[in-house]
Amino acid sequence: MIKSNDAPGIILSNASLRFQHKLLFENLSFELPSHSITCLLGPSGVGKTTLLRMLAGLPLFGRGQDKLQAFPHRRTSLTAPSPPTPPPQAGEGSEDMNLFFINEFCHATITTSDGIPLTDRVTYMGQTDLLLPWLSVLDNVMLGSYLRSQQCDIQTKARALHILESVGLDAEIHHKPTTLSGGMKQRVALARTLMEEKPVVLMDEPFSALDAITRYDMQTLAAEKLAGKTVLLITHDPWEALRLGHQIIVLRGQPAQLSNSIIPPELPPRDITHATLLPLQKLLLNELNMVARNEI
Amino acid sequence: MKHWRGLVGIVLILLIWQLLVSIENLPPYLLPSPGLVLHTMLTHWQILLTQTWPTALESIAGLLLAVGIGMFSALIFIYFPPARNWLLPSLVISQALPTFAIAPLLVVWLGYGLASKIVTVMIILFFPVTTAFYDGLSRIDEGWLDLAQTMQATRFTALRYIALPAALPALASGLRLAAVGAPLGAVIGEWVGASQGLGYLMLNANARLQIDMMFAALIWLVALALILFFTVDWGMRWVLSKR
Ligand SMILES: Nc1ncnc2c1ncn2[C@@H]1O[C@H](COP(=O)(O)OP(=O)(O)O)[C@@H](O)[C@H]1O
Ligand SMILES: [Mg+2]
Repeated sequence: MIKSNDAPGIILSNASLRFQHKLLFENLSFELPSHSITCLLGPSGVGKTTLLRMLAGLPLFGRGQDKLQAFPHRRTSLTAPSPPTPPPQAGEGSEDMNLFFINEFCHATITTSDGIPLTDRVTYMGQTDLLLPWLSVLDNVMLGSYLRSQQCDIQTKARALHILESVGLDAEIHHKPTTLSGGMKQRVALARTLMEEKPVVLMDEPFSALDAITRYDMQTLAAEKLAGKTVLLITHDPWEALRLGHQIIVLRGQPAQLSNSIIPPELPPRDITHATLLPLQKLLLNELNMVARNEI
Repeated sequence: MKHWRGLVGIVLILLIWQLLVSIENLPPYLLPSPGLVLHTMLTHWQILLTQTWPTALESIAGLLLAVGIGMFSALIFIYFPPARNWLLPSLVISQALPTFAIAPLLVVWLGYGLASKIVTVMIILFFPVTTAFYDGLSRIDEGWLDLAQTMQATRFTALRYIALPAALPALASGLRLAAVGAPLGAVIGEWVGASQGLGYLMLNANARLQIDMMFAALIWLVALALILFFTVDWGMRWVLSKR
């Protein structure tokens, strides 16, 4: 039996996107295997965040002036009047996304392995913690329940407390985020992400603002907590990718192309000083260097 | 205490004022000395107090009305942008009209009583409240909206849990300004036609060259504005701590 909260594999196919003069993607296809962490690397501006927002169903061309008016901005399921390319065998659970503007357009097909649409099965963790400064740590973690007008009963609260305890924050539940260190804030954000209990987790450079040691601890914690989910982790740190990714991909060029995926041995979180990772380190740095020197 | 410099400044001004009056031997109908003003305030406190109530009532009622209408219009503008395009020009024009020009009209339409003053206060104050609240609502961090969207928030819950609390500091500064402006609006309303209130008292005192009474009423007016300011300030602090 297929459950909607069982982590699906995700295929994004025929993604094409243009921002004014910039053709960011052209027929890009991309797979997130189920139950595993895919790390996405690439130079800044290549379109990593844009790719994540496509998967998350978030607005790509800005919310415009009337931010709340345009809210909620659900993934549009339209059929293009004349799609740029014939869509792939659009089976059950595939969603076509077509947005046309004067100089901007986006087209993509998202297919899930279990045939259930992705909408409402993703949770998102950004580069900044996005904690609400007026709410306590506990209330920040339960934000999803509030926003969905769910009853915040004893069980919900117990679950939040349990998650906070598991990320080592049981002493800070009544604190306001401003009193916490950067690492603690990001742990609250991780707890909030876990609280959502969504099978798909999309993370956009979640640890990039942390110092090396805190980042290392967060990586270990995240690898433990995200096991079994389908995860896309954008990072600019090749060692983070080697520690955490079941699969590592580099995005580069314009329109963006994907490198062959690198699949490191053993399970994350890995010890990056391990000998088996050395050749991969070299390979990955090579890929990224080629990106830096524009030799693609 | 950081305020001692401000107090010293006030005392110095009062001293210079007193010296000026004594040395130049100015008659009280031109400029009364601070001592005389204090004397008037103490001897006529009953008149001053009874005339303060109507002004205070007009200020508070006008302020509450302005806050209600201002917040309501900001929400309308956020949720129905067409409404903003249709209404904003008229609102800006209404703000450009000099209050002194519309106040007599309001007296004609609404009478000599409290209503015309309350509406004058409301007209002066609701636009600043609207813009402060609207700015606060529209300057929200889009990352929070992205997060809310992936959490399946509705427009209402996104407003209730994110946009509204995020806009409160901006609204608070709008309300503080409005609180100080309220007694001014009430006095303008009273000047163009009233039978009671601090504005009425000032107009009468002025006509009789009772400049000391004029100053006494002014001081009460300032006190009223300060009380309103600090009440609103304290109230908003409380709300901000509870959001
Ligand atoms: N709403 C937008 N309008 C126009 N251009 C945009 C918009 N969002 C992103 N871009 C452009 O698209 C490119 C890719 O952005 P992004 O996906 O954020 O890159 P990355 O996350 O890889 O650094 C950038 O050059 C950026 O300037
Ligand atoms: Mg980015």
